[in-house]
Amino acid sequence: MGVSIFIQQVLNGLTLGAVYTLIALAFSLVMGILGILNLAISEIFMIGAFVGFSLITAGVPVWIALIGAMIAAALVSIVIARIGYEPLRNANHITPMLSTLGFSMILQNLATNTWGSDPMQLTLEGWLETRFSFGLVSLSVVQIVVFVVTVGLCVLTALLIQRTDIGRALRAVAENREISRILGVRPRRMILVAFALSGLLAGAAGVLVGLHYSVITPYIGVEIGLKAIAVMIVGGATNIWGALLAGPLIGILEVLTVAYGGAAMRDFVVYGFMIVILLVRPQGLLGGSSKTSGGRV
Amino acid sequence: MLSSYQAGLVADGSILLLGALSVYVILSTGQLSLGNAGFMAIGAYLSSWLTVSVGMPLTLAIVISAAVSAVFGLIIGFPALRLKGLYLAMATIGFGEIVRTFFLNFEPTGGAGGFSGMEHVPLWYILGWTVFTLGCVMVTERTRWWLEIRAVNDDELAAGLVGMNTTVTKLMAFMTGAAIAAVAGALFAHQTLYIEPASFGFERSTEFVLAMILGGSSLAAGSIVGAALLILLPELLRDFVDWRIAIFGALLVAVLLVRRQGVLDRNLFGLARLWRRVN
Repeated sequence: MGVSIFIQQVLNGLTLGAVYTLIALAFSLVMGILGILNLAISEIFMIGAFVGFSLITAGVPVWIALIGAMIAAALVSIVIARIGYEPLRNANHITPMLSTLGFSMILQNLATNTWGSDPMQLTLEGWLETRFSFGLVSLSVVQIVVFVVTVGLCVLTALLIQRTDIGRALRAVAENREISRILGVRPRRMILVAFALSGLLAGAAGVLVGLHYSVITPYIGVEIGLKAIAVMIVGGATNIWGALLAGPLIGILEVLTVAYGGAAMRDFVVYGFMIVILLVRPQGLLGGSSKTSGGRV
Repeated sequence: MLSSYQAGLVADGSILLLGALSVYVILSTGQLSLGNAGFMAIGAYLSSWLTVSVGMPLTLAIVISAAVSAVFGLIIGFPALRLKGLYLAMATIGFGEIVRTFFLNFEPTGGAGGFSGMEHVPLWYILGWTVFTLGCVMVTERTRWWLEIRAVNDDELAAGLVGMNTTVTKLMAFMTGAAIAAVAGALFAHQTLYIEPASFGFERSTEFVLAMILGGSSLAAGSIVGAALLILLPELLRDFVDWRIAIFGALLVAVLLVRRQGVLDRNLFGLARLWRRVN
């Protein structure tokens, strides 16, 4: 009995952690490459959830809704890059972060006015409803979808960053904007690519959260998005695989805290863990030397 | 004479001004704190507990809360010496959330149900604290210590090389900011007469930052303009009440794009002085 409940909790934690991983990856794409914290990502994620929700409710197949939400989120992200980041890129790193804070206020207000601030309920039909039971432990199809999409997107992102010309150009801009320009990379375009990629990931995370919880509110951005920042820090902002490790870690930690310590303790534990990591190992679990992470911020 | 509604607006504005000031002192050393609502919560809860449960006079309770909050500022300031820029901002977000969830779980002060029983303070008392604190910061702006703060902001390495103790300067700034935020929290608690953890979330911290950036982040007087803007704009834009937050967000982006230093800055005062001399 005790063991199966524990396994069930770990599975639920992994599902939550998968969502954290995607949002943390969205944060770290912009943070690692441009050295700015795009606070609007948490609200882009929320917008993605609502777009996906609306499409599914309108009868669109889940896969298409997922892609639609990702594209919508990427477009929002590109707008933020053009208005909120590009003109401010020569200012100190705090200024572009504040402008993304402005955008997150706009996006949240937009969502409360468009979809209302009451929770939105989704009823899943057909194959998505299925649950597999192994004794007392059960795994839903939705959870499997969350795992598959998360791992798939992480692998795609890693391949894109490490194996393609776009990835090389992104990393060149991250290393030195001016020299990469001299060598023929277009930094402005690469910045848009980084923002668009991060929007795609955040939008996907939004749809997955909607499927998993089947209830969303305009405030999930602050609730879940802020915790993804903690995941990014714990994993290491400059390493893609850091988010894939820290996401499930924090997801499991959080779910176990809820199960054994009380629901109100969860944020306490997660942010406490983040601060301990910041003090002991500021570059994160999988970050490089502290020198490289210190130089960029 | 002010109606009670107008008096409430002035009180809210004063508390917001103090919050903006608490961000300003810390930002002057180049460190952004996105967790000042945490210090505000410490001030609000501690002072309320002291006045309600201990029966202490309010002024003494505020002084004690500010001192305790300053100690927390010191504790938070130490990691700040290792963390720079965005990492520090993220650590302060974590601090704010930790304080909020602490009070959410802390039953002696009501937990999620909140805490009440405070006595209402008159408006002049809130204004008195606000003018006093603002005055202190503006006087400090003219001292040698403030030059050190600005030196740390402009180039920390160079400031250290010419023999300034940048560690002490940064820690002092954090403690001062924490103390001011606690005063704001204490006044808030004795103005609204009911406090709950949800009052001190991330939105509150960002509101302070917003007021400070809009008003002018290079001088203390900017917080007056910022707080006034944030309180008066919703009054002027009643027809768009649903879009209040979005308007603030757009305003923040616009100010950052057009006039990064905020409405007020040092040059503006310089120009005014020049204008007077010419005429």
